[in-house]
Amino acid sequence: MDRLVFLLATGLARGAVLALFALSLVIVWRAARAVNFAQAAMAVCAVYIAFALTAASGSYWLGLAGGLAAGAALGAAVERGLMRRLPHLTPLPGMICAIGLVMVLQSGLAIAFGPEHRPMRPPFSQSPFVIGGVPVLSPYDLFVLVTAAAVMGALALLFAGTSLGLRLRAAAFAPETSRLLGVRVPRMVTIGWALSVAAAALAAILLVPTELGLNPHAADLLFVNAFAVAVIGGLDSPAGALAAGLGVGVLVSLTTGYVSASAAPLAVLALLTAVLLLRPGGLFAAREARRA
Amino acid sequence: MRTLLRAALITLLAIAATFGLDPFRNYQLATAAGVFAAVAGLTVLIGLTGQLSLGHAVLMAAGGYGYAATATAVDAAAPDAGPAALLAGLAGAAAASGALGLLLGMAAARLRGPYLAGLTLALVIALPSAANVLPLGGEQGLSAPFLPVPEALSALIAVEQWHAWLAILISAAAVTPLVLLRAGRPGLRMRAVLGDETAAALAGVRPGPVKTAAFVASAVPAGLGGAVLAVATQQVTPGGYGLAFSLTLVVAAVIGGLGSIGGAAIGAVLVVALPWLVDTAVEAVPADLGQRLNGNLAVLLFGAVVIAATLARPDGAAGLLARLRRPTPAAPTPATPSTNTER
Repeated sequence: MDRLVFLLATGLARGAVLALFALSLVIVWRAARAVNFAQAAMAVCAVYIAFALTAASGSYWLGLAGGLAAGAALGAAVERGLMRRLPHLTPLPGMICAIGLVMVLQSGLAIAFGPEHRPMRPPFSQSPFVIGGVPVLSPYDLFVLVTAAAVMGALALLFAGTSLGLRLRAAAFAPETSRLLGVRVPRMVTIGWALSVAAAALAAILLVPTELGLNPHAADLLFVNAFAVAVIGGLDSPAGALAAGLGVGVLVSLTTGYVSASAAPLAVLALLTAVLLLRPGGLFAAREARRA
Repeated sequence: MRTLLRAALITLLAIAATFGLDPFRNYQLATAAGVFAAVAGLTVLIGLTGQLSLGHAVLMAAGGYGYAATATAVDAAAPDAGPAALLAGLAGAAAASGALGLLLGMAAARLRGPYLAGLTLALVIALPSAANVLPLGGEQGLSAPFLPVPEALSALIAVEQWHAWLAILISAAAVTPLVLLRAGRPGLRMRAVLGDETAAALAGVRPGPVKTAAFVASAVPAGLGGAVLAVATQQVTPGGYGLAFSLTLVVAAVIGGLGSIGGAAIGAVLVVALPWLVDTAVEAVPADLGQRLNGNLAVLLFGAVVIAATLARPDGAAGLLARLRRPTPAAPTPATPSTNTER
């Protein structure tokens, strides 16, 4: 019972990170109708910058802010410099280019910083609170949950309640009409990419202290799990990403705790396959138009 | 018929070429032949049906494991039946990769674009876990029986050269049906589905089965390629088929030109030879920097080449292929005139 409570609580904290990363995939999907397969590599680049800033200044918060800014800048740069120049008739060129980008960024990081795992210190203790003899969340887990919830709330507010959010949604939904109505569609796509990569960078910064350490492949598994989350929730649905993220986080935590750590990726793969076969659009997506 | 003759000619030429190479080069040639079979399958899949698979390394691994398990079992049952172990192993490789390909293909028939790529990516990431959970020998993997040089040839050639012969023959047997398929009716159906699924369905071509069949047709050569690597190294490990290797297969297909089997040969040779060349060159620089560059610089170059190729040829790979083919007229050309593989 104690173990179950602990695993559920940890699962929620991991799930919040997953949901945040999945939300970043949803944002870029909604903005540009593309799945960014380089999201993990770009997020890890931002984490390296955060790590360097923290090491230089001694302040975790300065590193966090720098990492987010670097993520946003990288997202905008990749959209302006790379993705915009590709044809959009089929998703294939974008995906292949993203794969090339993954190879360049990850091997570039490995050349610049070496392949070893660099431990990253969290700003709060990782030893769990004990409530009634049962270990539950650690202060850091709590920080992760609160941060992820705050950022997701802020993003929801941005998209639903501000003029910028309205323009972002309009540009994604009906680019030509929006352009006629005076929305700068290319700028909106760039902002979408910047927001998306910044969110992904935040998720990676929150994740790394709970893992082995920082290395160029630190976010690979996060990306795969978050992709599964985004697909399960429906690539179009932020609420779906949140629900599926928490669900998958708990699933991973329970599988790791009760079966073995190596069974967790298989559990996620099985869940992803099942959802793709039964409801390819995801559990929360609106019905797609009939095609044939 | 002409295709078969051409295939036989290329195979003989390749076998003749092994006499001009030292043992290590022959080992590299065997590796390149295995990678070529997998890249040929992948390039047909991406180029003709537009399905991007990031998980062909797992299909190769399935073939390798199928080969190792079957060949070891036959070798234990009948130690003296040399060719029987090899043939049974190849059948096992084709069966294992074909079965996995059928499963993936059934999923692929219902999915488009990023969904399939993500599913195959998840498969690659899950491979080490699967090797631990399933009876596949964990990190150490399975070992495959060593195939010695036959008596009649043992005075003539070394074992690496013999393995290169086997690799060339297996790859030829794996790729030739693919060439015929690409040039024939099935290839036409695949292009129709890529062009417009609705129009293809109206013309009586059912997109779902075509996509599934294309995936199986692409998986079996990949599995045989995995068997080739198992023959050359006598070993199958999950570490050998990681994400980096899987992405390298995509790189080889893109560099060669999507949909072109001749291009796949160029791409396969390049992805085997370039890392080795780069690592040899890197040995000249100081040890600390060299250690970091080792293995990474080649990946960096591949990534840059892929981005450049995609940017420079926004109309797809057909133009890139034409440009690639001009300076290398000796390369094996596909059996049909090149068609535009992208819309």
